[in-house]
Amino acid sequence: MTADTIGRGGVRRGGRALPPAVSTDKLPESRRRRFRWQPAWLFMAPSLLILGVFVIWPILVSFWYSLHNWTIGATDQPWVGLGNYVTLFKDPQFWNALGNTLEFTVASVILLVVLGFLTAVALMGEGLVSRIFRSTYFFPTIVSLTSIGLVWKFMLDPSIGLVAGITQFFGAAPIGWLQSTTLALPAVIFVAVWKNVGFTMIIFLAGLKGVPQERYEAAQLDGANRRQLVRYVTLPSIRPTILFATIILTIQSLQVFDLVYVMTGGGPIFTTDTLVTQIFRDGFVNFQTGYASAISWVLFAVIMAISAILLRVFRYNDVD
Amino acid sequence: MSTSVRLAPIRRRWRSVGPAFKWILLSIGLLAALIPFIWMVSGSFRSESDLFHNPASLFPTSWTLHGYQGIWQELPFLRLLLNTFIFAGVTTALCLLFDSMCAYALARLRFRGRNIAFWLVIATLMVPFQVTLIPVFIELFHLNWLNTYQGLIIPRATSAFGIFLLRQFFVSIPTELDEAARIDGAGHFRIYWQVILPLAKPALATVAILNFMNLWNDLLWPLVVTSSPDMRTLPAGLTLFGGEHVTDHAVLLAGATISLIPLALAFFFAQRYFVAGVATTGLK
Repeated sequence: MTADTIGRGGVRRGGRALPPAVSTDKLPESRRRRFRWQPAWLFMAPSLLILGVFVIWPILVSFWYSLHNWTIGATDQPWVGLGNYVTLFKDPQFWNALGNTLEFTVASVILLVVLGFLTAVALMGEGLVSRIFRSTYFFPTIVSLTSIGLVWKFMLDPSIGLVAGITQFFGAAPIGWLQSTTLALPAVIFVAVWKNVGFTMIIFLAGLKGVPQERYEAAQLDGANRRQLVRYVTLPSIRPTILFATIILTIQSLQVFDLVYVMTGGGPIFTTDTLVTQIFRDGFVNFQTGYASAISWVLFAVIMAISAILLRVFRYNDVD
Repeated sequence: MSTSVRLAPIRRRWRSVGPAFKWILLSIGLLAALIPFIWMVSGSFRSESDLFHNPASLFPTSWTLHGYQGIWQELPFLRLLLNTFIFAGVTTALCLLFDSMCAYALARLRFRGRNIAFWLVIATLMVPFQVTLIPVFIELFHLNWLNTYQGLIIPRATSAFGIFLLRQFFVSIPTELDEAARIDGAGHFRIYWQVILPLAKPALATVAILNFMNLWNDLLWPLVVTSSPDMRTLPAGLTLFGGEHVTDHAVLLAGATISLIPLALAFFFAQRYFVAGVATTGLK
């Protein structure tokens, strides 16, 4: 979105503001009135009401809860100020969940950006084969994380899973991936990457299509080979796409819940516990509303901080 | 200099092998993308002993329908399916109506407070859903809306992202069209309903597909709002029953297979809307 499209004058074309789309204040007497009923608010009423009641107000309330030792259903909700946040920073479970969330995010985002870019470059063609490959790679994106988590949980099962079957076929002992404290998190990361490669590929394809053909032609005239084309033309041209993909995937990964909940439930021994599974457990199983709200605000802060860092990093590299 | 000369023939040979190598890797990726789905569908037709004795097999040694019989007996499956259709269908319909109305005002009408309203909508996109989850749960508890359709549907019946996407699209429609309609005597609602909406069909389709897919697949929201088995949706139902009652793998795989069918069909016929929606947004 640019400032141009958000400007006051409705549609702007050729730098000249067009007259207002629907002018509601043409009549002079209506101008004199201090308040005039605007049909616009009627059009916005349902959305604004829902957003107000179920998003904006709850955001404020959530912060309010986080300042209390709030418990659902209790009559007394003692004020603790920043107490929940202090407790949080001393809570080894929180640091464990934060560490797992960051590990999941860093590993899956790096793998996804690299694999998504490579598959997009490889499958840019408009031929039938490329189209079929693209559709197939994209397909896991539309499937629920629940189904995918369930299927992979069974496939990774040491006694019935296909993966165990294959390891046994090659004469090795089957591995209980999701039962292992060291392998469970990498297994969840693998499944997340498997699901989102096609999604990342689509983002990169959109970016690659926007690179002007002349840049490639000019570089080829200068004698650039294929690798140099990718390094000096493609990558700099799609930097906004790389940034977009990285931020979207990072925000999404920091909020990981479904896969972990279905595949491991946060186990074994909390080795796959993430911030959102901890919010869910503390908020809806242990009913420590205030404490869970505080975690959700830390999650929000982490998302904002990492997004800001990413924006900074990508702009820092901007030389042209 | 000398190394590059020495490497030149190798590079040349590599270049001819390159494309073949590329397609081999891509084909491995293709298999990796497909095998879990093949295994899921075939597993839903396998018996428990077949799964235990032939874990390396991708296909059933003998086909059985007990998975598909079991879902009706061991789960309230019909109810789960119906709930998911109602939740995803009604919410998507309401979202389309409310989002497009709001987007119309933001894109086509001039009024005081428009920029504030727009930025308020955009600001809600920044805050993660989990922040609002607990207060919304408590609101629904006080409204007595937990375990009800209105509790599932109403809080999700508008999406800031849908409003944003539709607004961007509406802004691109020439204003001359509304002016012509206004001269013909059309009011705001007629212009919105008979001029703008018909022109915005591709954008509406994209928002509809994206919403339906996200709602159909959603786990955390239905998990929080519903606790009675009768009000669960497919993802929440399969997860919870998978953890508690059902130990038969074929039953859960059958459930996962059936829950995939509507989206797979939609994907087959309207792939470009899925791609358009996904390319412009981050989704789950």
